[in-house]
Amino acid sequence: MTNWIIWILPLPPLLAFFAIILFTNKNKALSHGIAVAAAGLSWLGSMIVFISAVGTQEFGKHVFESAINWLPTGATWLQVGVRVDPLTAVVLFFVAWTVLAIFVYSIGYHNFGQPKGDHDLPGLPPHGATVIEEEQTHRVPSIEPMYSRFFAFISLFAFGMYTLVVSNNLLTLFVGWEIMGLCSYLLIGFWYGKKSARDAAIKAFITTRIGDVFMLLGIAWLYSYTGTLSFSEIFKPEILQGMGNTIAFPAFAMHIPALWPFFSSFSVAGSIGILLFIGTIGKSAQWPLHAWLPDAMEGPTPVSAMIHAATMVSAGVYAAIRMFPLLQADVTGTSLAFVGFIGAFTALFAATIAVAQNDIKKVLAYSTISQLGFMIAALGVHAYVAAAFHLVTHAFFKALLFLGSGSVIHGMEHGVLHTGEHVDAQDMFNMGGLRKKMPVTFWTFLIGGLALSGFPVLTAGFWSKDAIFAEAFGGGHLLVFIVLALAAFLTAFYTMRQITLTFFGEGRTKAAEHASETTWTMTLPLVVLAVFAVGVGWVGMPAWFTGGLVPDWFHEFVGGTLAQAPEAMPFNWIPLVTSLVVALGGLLCGWLAYRNVSALAEDRLQIPLLKNKYYFDEIYAFLFVKPAIWIAEKFTSLYMDQVVIDGVLHSLARFSLFLGHVFRNYFDKPVINEFFGDGAGKTVKASGSGLRKIQSGRVQYYMVVAIVVLVVFAFLYYFLKRGM
Amino acid sequence: MSVPLSWYLILAAALFCIGLYGVLSRKNAIAILLGVELMLNAVNVNLVSFWRYLDPAQMAGQAFAVIVFAVAAAEVAVGLALIISVYRRRKTVVADEIDLMKW
Repeated sequence: MTNWIIWILPLPPLLAFFAIILFTNKNKALSHGIAVAAAGLSWLGSMIVFISAVGTQEFGKHVFESAINWLPTGATWLQVGVRVDPLTAVVLFFVAWTVLAIFVYSIGYHNFGQPKGDHDLPGLPPHGATVIEEEQTHRVPSIEPMYSRFFAFISLFAFGMYTLVVSNNLLTLFVGWEIMGLCSYLLIGFWYGKKSARDAAIKAFITTRIGDVFMLLGIAWLYSYTGTLSFSEIFKPEILQGMGNTIAFPAFAMHIPALWPFFSSFSVAGSIGILLFIGTIGKSAQWPLHAWLPDAMEGPTPVSAMIHAATMVSAGVYAAIRMFPLLQADVTGTSLAFVGFIGAFTALFAATIAVAQNDIKKVLAYSTISQLGFMIAALGVHAYVAAAFHLVTHAFFKALLFLGSGSVIHGMEHGVLHTGEHVDAQDMFNMGGLRKKMPVTFWTFLIGGLALSGFPVLTAGFWSKDAIFAEAFGGGHLLVFIVLALAAFLTAFYTMRQITLTFFGEGRTKAAEHASETTWTMTLPLVVLAVFAVGVGWVGMPAWFTGGLVPDWFHEFVGGTLAQAPEAMPFNWIPLVTSLVVALGGLLCGWLAYRNVSALAEDRLQIPLLKNKYYFDEIYAFLFVKPAIWIAEKFTSLYMDQVVIDGVLHSLARFSLFLGHVFRNYFDKPVINEFFGDGAGKTVKASGSGLRKIQSGRVQYYMVVAIVVLVVFAFLYYFLKRGM
Repeated sequence: MSVPLSWYLILAAALFCIGLYGVLSRKNAIAILLGVELMLNAVNVNLVSFWRYLDPAQMAGQAFAVIVFAVAAAEVAVGLALIISVYRRRKTVVADEIDLMKW
């Protein structure tokens, strides 16, 4: 029964996608109805699966799994199947909730129920409509022109995510992964009328594609080495051990002694793990493939932002966590060190950029990169459960923050339309004092912000971050611990900066003074997610806090996924105190530094290096984009395309023409046309005109002919018979 | 049995030749039809005489003759009907003038 539900879990959104694009795209209400109903069905199925998973004793050893043969590959079969183990169950839990929240929120965000815009065009954000009420004209937000299209895309997106989560093998995981890549491209470029959106879509697609190519290489290697892509097969201890103990490039390592130290540090498991992890770097926007995620904020403000923050990028981390046994099997430890380095570096690197961003969404985008870095770093220090825990809590509070920022922008846009003032509705320096105008958004955003900062005891973020600190410190990874602590301090700092600039003080523009609270379809998901942003942390309280009265449910449950369940870290004061100090200290510093800032000029953190994101976009443009364009223009187009390719094609065409000419003049015309075609006609005509003379129409003449013929044949017969 | 078989055959041959001559030489379509009847009856004479002289135990010769009668009757009926129809349309029964099927 449960297996059956898991199989059909991803299907409702896919059906909704087809239903919307094929049939209901003219009807906005029906389109969002279908999409939300489909998300609701998948949500319901996920909850049933989750509850039955939680209710199973020692679930890690009795996972739900079923598979069927799909593609015959010579002697064996490539299998596809579904698998829900403890890790999948918790991921499924947050995916179901956040997806449903996005769907409902999108209705309000795209101004359902509002009039059509005065001059809105498909491919551009709605500009607002003029309504006349009681002889007064108002400017109000207008409905999105491509409303149904949006719901079709996010439905397909949800299908990709569910497919990825429930699949029991790397192949279907990769399929879901790529579907999400496509949807992310479509959604970032949703307002394709804007050049920035088009560029961002292409950037996101190509950047993640780089990671995906490496991931595919890893999958191919894994398949050729083990002959299977199914997780349960790969993670068998003997296979893992075999891969972990084998040197990846024996030929190099053996024959070039000078390189022995280098190559001997790569086992097969580690190399495959690193290749797969590069896919995660692309998908989860880790340094150095992080540049696409901030630009992805070009999509429809909060929703696509949230997809790129809470759902899809989580898939990257999920895949990395899923592949943890492979990384762990690497006896050299190179791969986990690499993972830990990338994660810790990204966490700090992105956090420093976030403190100098003024766009409310850009701050959250960099914060997302940074938090994903936390999870990756946790994985690097063997903190499997802590990484999964932070993945879940982050998904909830970051979803909450993004939806909250969308709500803020929406409220600001209302103010902009109302006052007619031309200000950027996303710039935090144009906001201020919104706590009174938008109370629900304020309180939920505050909860999300505190969770992100790791506000002690109450919020989910505290428990998950504390788990990472404890594991990093207890495992002896002091460098990672210090870097993450710094990053956490900055996290608390920029979060408080954001909250202070947006909600506290007085409105810095007229638009901010006229901002208004958004509709219930937007605030309801905020409230639901806020509950989770607080409550989801309680399931993972460590034993030192509860005194052992309540077991650390999350640790026991998710830890059971691994063949050898990890031990809980013994309690230590240092990481706990660090965690408290950085969270509270960061919040306090943020509050003190920004409570009186009333203009951009007073912000002392507008350092060009940070503001310009360490010039990574410029460096990439110089190193890759410009050379690529130069090669395309000067070499590929001029020589490769116009000379070689066109030359081959043209000569092929000329040869074909010549061949056609030969066939036409020396075969078709003389043989087919003249000999067979005309010849047959002429022969028939000639014989007809010759033979028609015997058709005299005189019946007695026929008779004479008949008698003559009879006589002649009679004589012939007679003499021939005698002759024989 | 004073009359030998050959006499009958000579009679039949003469009858056949008269009929054939009529068919080939007459212009009137009805006369041509009459010639055809003569030829058929010449054949009948042959059939009956061969039966009588060569194989009287078998009924085959008589049966053939009867069938030829029937066919001849049918043929005359159809032929005369055709000729009447042609006459009504073209006011002629001359075979040479009925040449619609000519090229």
